[in-house]
This record gives sequence, structure tokens and C-alpha cells, in this order.
Amino acid sequence: MPSATEPVTPPQLDELYRTCVHCGLCLQACPTYRELGLEMDSPRGRIRQVMLVETGQLDLGPGVVEHLDRCLACRACETACPSGVRYGEIIESARARIEQQYRRPLPARVARRIGYRIIADFKLLAHAATLLRFYQRSGARRLAQSSGILRLFRLQQTESLAPQIEDDFFFRELGNSFPAEGARRARVAFLAGCIASVAFAELNRATIRVLQKNGVEVWVPEAQGCCGALHVHAGLQAEAQQLARQNIHAMLASDVDAIVTNAAGCGTTLKEYGALLAADPAFAARAGEFAARVRDVNEFLAALGARPPARTLAARVTYQDPCHLAHGQRVRSAPRELLRLIAPNFVEMPRADSCCGSAGIYNIAQNELSMQILDTKMNDVAATQAEILATANVGCMLQLRAGIARRGLNIQVRHVMELLDDACRGA
Amino acid sequence: MRLSAIRAKLTAICGSRAVLHSKEDLLLYEYDAGLARARPDFVVFPSTTEQVAAVVALASESGLPVVARGAGTGLSGGAIPRSGGIVLAFARMNRILEVDVANQRAVVQPGVVNLELSEHVRPLGFYFAPDPSSQKACTIGGNVAENSGGPHTLASGVTVNHVTGLEVVLADGRIVELGGKSSEAAGYDLTGFFVGSEGTLGITTKIMVKLTRVPEHVSTLLAIYNDVRDAGNTVVEITSAGITPAALEMMDGWTLRAVEAAAHAGYPQDAAAVLLIELEGLRETVDEQVLAVEAACARQNAREVRIAQNDAERQRLWYGRKNAFAAIGRISPSYYTQDGVIPRTRIPQTLEHIQQVAARYSLTIGNVFHAGDGNLHPLILFDDRSPAETEKSIQAGKEILQYCISVGGSLTGEHGVGIEKRDLMPMLFSDEELQVMRRLREALNPRGTLNPEKLIPGARTCMEIRTPQFPGVVS
Repeated sequence: MPSATEPVTPPQLDELYRTCVHCGLCLQACPTYRELGLEMDSPRGRIRQVMLVETGQLDLGPGVVEHLDRCLACRACETACPSGVRYGEIIESARARIEQQYRRPLPARVARRIGYRIIADFKLLAHAATLLRFYQRSGARRLAQSSGILRLFRLQQTESLAPQIEDDFFFRELGNSFPAEGARRARVAFLAGCIASVAFAELNRATIRVLQKNGVEVWVPEAQGCCGALHVHAGLQAEAQQLARQNIHAMLASDVDAIVTNAAGCGTTLKEYGALLAADPAFAARAGEFAARVRDVNEFLAALGARPPARTLAARVTYQDPCHLAHGQRVRSAPRELLRLIAPNFVEMPRADSCCGSAGIYNIAQNELSMQILDTKMNDVAATQAEILATANVGCMLQLRAGIARRGLNIQVRHVMELLDDACRGA
Repeated sequence: MRLSAIRAKLTAICGSRAVLHSKEDLLLYEYDAGLARARPDFVVFPSTTEQVAAVVALASESGLPVVARGAGTGLSGGAIPRSGGIVLAFARMNRILEVDVANQRAVVQPGVVNLELSEHVRPLGFYFAPDPSSQKACTIGGNVAENSGGPHTLASGVTVNHVTGLEVVLADGRIVELGGKSSEAAGYDLTGFFVGSEGTLGITTKIMVKLTRVPEHVSTLLAIYNDVRDAGNTVVEITSAGITPAALEMMDGWTLRAVEAAAHAGYPQDAAAVLLIELEGLRETVDEQVLAVEAACARQNAREVRIAQNDAERQRLWYGRKNAFAAIGRISPSYYTQDGVIPRTRIPQTLEHIQQVAARYSLTIGNVFHAGDGNLHPLILFDDRSPAETEKSIQAGKEILQYCISVGGSLTGEHGVGIEKRDLMPMLFSDEELQVMRRLREALNPRGTLNPEKLIPGARTCMEIRTPQFPGVVS
């Protein structure tokens, strides 16, 4: 468990929110504004609230925290903003302040502390995942679902969003290297991910196979940990900084061409390690170097030039942009290029870059609004008449699957890497 | 009536989830995209015409002001509740009620976002022509109130040319329908009278609009100049030759450099000015016009004329123009956009005058405007943390407008009068003319509860509720 100390930078917000000229062009890009129609739940309104709190015109009370909590941090507003307001930094700083100064109700505090601690420690995570797997498979789940105990604790909605724990965790791959097939074109360090290691181990394996097929040697550094994205989003700066130091130690090696992840949310945070540790003299330079080498796996493969796979898919395929890929990293064309290699029947979805409502743990913390956003998304998904909905982030996959189940649609949700792996293997 | 009693009645009309009254919520409704600030007592989110009517009637009975708000993208303070009262926010009345392709009409609620109507009907081959730069956020109700225009105003006209009918709630809560889906109505043109009335005559609850057919062919040109006067002369030459482009926009070199950072449109960084010229219609006609326009640009010493080769290039050129104001946030904490109108033949000398004003006040002023119809948008940069600088900017803006009027122009092309230009109206209108406006307003808004202290100076509202908490223009 990394030791949490005080965060090393006091957030300087003034210059950040001054770039906002309150033009309102972000409003319709914001999924929560579109659902609720409230200025307080728009990017412009949230920036205003942060500014009013910072300048002492407004208390950091429940009336403000409610709206800042409702932000998905999808950053669609950054794409919409002509002024280049760095909204992500504003909301993260605000959340750090909330974490330090605002007292949440006790159950929320306890649940948060336990949750964030588990994902930060892979040993703890393996135990917790084993327990959850036992719950999901032993009949305890059916008992819980039928007994009404979930309803009693208002968990019936969120329980179904939990990832399905796999048989074979990804932890045994830590420390291994996987050789390139054919001539080696590159060597990369691969981020296993916390939740991905217990619930998307097969996706990680598929990603490694696709990289190998494309002449990439993949190293899975042993001492790596969680990327810290959820900690950053929750305002736990010190914990996030500690995880960043751990990953820089573990993964930044001179013979690595890129640090690759298949999770868009993790990728955005990894790319921001430079800013996260800017005020730490011992790490600032290496954090910047680390961040510069991070690539989303789609971005990496498209730039390398993916080899056309053995076969193509007959199915009609559409793509949901993960927010942290499209808005956080501005990677939009790479996954589409890869999909077009294998899916001649590719169709664009309206508002493909609008958030599905997953947003880390948002679908649990803000379940009702998240489901509202998801149902709106499903209107667009259904309109494409696609049979496969591709995306590039594990959190989005869980949420989209839940949305499809709620609507009773017959659509598979697959990661771009899984589809490439199928095509390479002729499955 | 006490505020608590009014709150109870508002809740009874619209439901508790549709009424905001706490300080932290109201603080978020004291601004729009412009400079004025004032806090309402309540923000109400009606979902039906009947709820709007009941709220307006309640306001009239209790003498409380009512101010409508769409997306809060206005620049003249139209949605700012200058003397408090009730803000009627239309975010939840945002449905497209009917699309009648055969008759080229749509019926929408006021909260429908301008661009979303166009996107909705584009697969059918149509769009909604008024295209303010804020079109991805602003609402059609707001467009009606301000009689908004946009780059394509030159050929297609402003909002009033695209609205055939309105459902309106009058000051006492009665509901009337003005005009209709057909273009021609008997008697007074009340629809035309209401469009642009900035919420001072009634509250629009339903809008019947014309849909315009998507043109067969569009060509977008970027003409680049080393001298801003040559660009101005090109505008005169193109329009005198009898060519009416769909849009004819100008940006000066200073604005270009600021916008390029946001747009990556490939705007030249060393130019003194560019013209963005769009031609549309039948392919053969457009191709002919492109040649004529290119020749006109060359005769006026254009350094280069680029033609967008595909839709993506066209979109990029427009992205820069449409986001020009907001992109200023990258280089200045605040900006003040003016909205003067001049005869297009006066463009070069007006630009020179603006630079003189800038020098006299030691301010930076960029220019981006609808050159074809002589609608200027000087962008005055300042830091709103300094009251002195704010005041200086407002003074400079006023001088520019005075100049516009002196050369035969007007105070506003499309942003509305609102709070911002209310006290400048006597520069444009005589006492008698203003008196006609007052009497018309009093006939429909006798108690002065509908958007008070806007549009017409020296308002004789029957009840001034209280002095505003944030008078005039502060930040």
C-alpha cells in the first residue's frame, strides 16, 4: 500500500477559470446539462461555482458539492470550448478541495476509503475479487437478488453494474515478456490495470496477442500498480501521486518505445503524470518523460501501421468514443481506422462522443442520473441498427452492456482489441 | 405578496423540482454571455404553455418582473433579471413538436437548440437558416426574442424572415396565437412585431418556423489580404456586381492569430485580413460565381484565394469564424463585443476609426464581422477584475457605436439592445419615435412586469420593485 502523504501542490485555480468567458458554447456538449437543463449542472455553471467558492462568495456546502459530484468528468466540454479552458484540471482541483474541506456523511466516507484502498493494492484487490467471484457464483448472488436484501440497501441497480470476475486473474502475467511475431517493430510496456486484471484479464491477453501479431514485443512490468485515475477524479491527490511514482519506477525503462494501455481512462491519467508530479522535484522530469511515452493501444497501433488481419467481420459495427480517449486524449480516428480494417460494414453513431454515463464509479455514486444518461445513449445505439458496439475502455463496456440489457437489445459490446484479436485468429 | 407566498404558488404551478430559490442556485442565473449581472428571486422551469401562463399571471398580480431565459448565450443582457423577480428558464420546453416537410415548416418549443433543429431536419434535405455563432447552444426562443442573425443573414435574412407564427403568453396570462404556419396573415403583422421584442411584450411558448432546402452545391472561399482596405473594397465590388453570397465574413489579422490557436483552420498568421466567402445554389451558377468572386478578389490585390476542397475543409474554415469570440478567452480574461451596423461601403474608414479609438483608450480591439451586410463585431479586450478597465472598454464601445450611427448605421445588427445599449437608443431614435415604442409596450405590458428596464430608455414602469443588486455592468 503506497503511503499517502499531503498532496505536493496546492491547486492554483485562478488562472484556469479566468480563461472561461462564460459564452455557454459548452452547454449542449455536457451530458448532465442535456438531461437536467440546470446551469449548475453545466460546465460553465460548475466553473462559476468553483470560482465563487475560491473567492469566498459561496460556501463549500452540500448545494455546491451536489453539482460538482454530478460532473462525469467526461471533458466533452473541453472539446466544445473555443477558449481552451482546461476544465478537467478545474474539476479535479475542486474535488481535491472537497476531499480536504468537506465532510461527507459517514457511510460514504467509509465506502470511499475502502474502495480506493483496495484498487491501489493488487494483493488486496486479488482477495476482494476472489470474494466477489464467490458471491457471484455461489448462489449467494441469487439469494441476495431474490431475498430483497439488495433493495433494502438500495443496491439492486448498482449490483448489476459490478464487473463479472474472471477465473484467471491477470496477475500471473506480471513480470513476463511476450515476443513479437516476425520482425520486431517495437517494444512496449503494458499497463495491466486494477479492475481489468480481475475482470478483463482475457481482454488484456487479447490486446497482447494483437500487439504480438503486429510485430510488437510486450513487457508487463512486475511492480506496476493502479494508474490512480479514480483517485485523481475523487480528489485524492496524494494517493494518486504515490501511485504515479510507483508506476514510473516500475515501467519507465530506456528500451521501451511506448507505455501502452487498453483502457482510455487509465491512458488519460498516465498522460497527465507530468502535471500530477510537476511540483515534486525528485520526480517531475521522469514524470514528464513517462507521460510523453504513453499511448493508447489504438493510437499506438494506428501510428505503427496495423497489419491487415486474416479475415473481416460481416456484422454491422458501430463505435462509442470513450470520453477519455476522444476528449481526454483527442484520439478519435485511430480506433475507427482499426475498425475499418476488419469491419467493412462500419456505421457512425450520432453523438458517438457523448458520455454513456459510466465515468469511473459515477454509475454507482450517481446511479439514477447515470442510468438516465445511459438510456438516452441507447436511443442513439439502437438507431444505428448495429450488431456490435465497439469501444475502447473497460468502464464503458460494463455500462453499455447494462444499457443494452435494460433496453432488451441484441447487441454485443466488444473492445476494439477483442475484435482485432478475433479477426487475427480467424475466430 | 411576500416572497415565501410567491414561492409556494410557483411550486403549486410547476412542482417543487421546477423552482429554484436558494442563494447558491440563484447565483448561477445572474449571468449570461455578456457583461451584465443581476440575481433573480426565483428560477422556474415550466414544461407547458399553461404553466408559463400561470407564472406570468402570478407575476403580474404580484408586480414581480418576469424574464425569459434560453441558454444564456446572449450578449446584450436580455436574460438578466435586472430588477430581480422570476426567471422563466426554457431548458425543459425543448421539444420539436412537428416537422411538416411538404409545407417546409416546423413547430418547436422555445427551448429547442438552434443547431439541433437543423440537424433534425437535415436528413430530410432541410435546415433552419438563421445561424448565430452560438448556434450549437442558443435556443430558438432566444433567437426570436433577439431577432438573431448569423453569417448567412446576408442571403437568407434574420430570424424574423423565418418565423411565420408564434404562440405567446401575454402579460396577464392570456394565451394567443399570432400568425400561423402559412406565410401570409391578415391584419397587422403581429408575428413580425413580436420577433425582436426581447421579452418586453409577451413570452413565446411555441414557434412556427420556415425550413430552408439544403442547397445543391456550396463553395467556400478564403481570400487573404495584406491590407485591410483591399478586403473592404472587395466586399463592395462583389455586392455591386450583383452577386449575393450566402455569407461574406471578414476577420482582421489580429483576430486571425487569436482564433488560429483554437481552430487550426490554416488561417494565415501574417495576413492583415481575410474574407470568408460562401456561395451556394445550383452547381452551374455557383461555379460561375466562384470565378467572378476570384476575379474580384484578384482585382482588389488579394494575395491568395483558397477554395475549400471538401466538407471537412469547409467545416474547419467555419469553425474558426463561429468560435472567434469565445476563443478570445485564450488571450484575455474578458472581452466586450460590439454589434454596430454600417453601410458596407464604409467598412475601410470605420475600421480605421476603430483603430484610432483603440489607440486613444490604450485598448486592444480586434475585428470580426459580417462584412456583406455591414454588421461589425469589434472585440474589445479587457480584464474585468479592474473596474477602471471595464469602464474604459464600455466607453470605447460607445464611441464606436456613435461613429456607426454617424455614417448612417445602427446600434445593433443581431445581438439585441437589452441592458447594454438601452441608453444609447436616443442616438438612433427621436423622442417621438421612442414614445411610439413606449406606447406599444404599455398596451401589451401595462404593469411593466415583462423584462423591465430593457430595450427602451427611461422606462415608465408602474412599479420599480427595487434597485438592482448589481447595477448595470459589473463582473
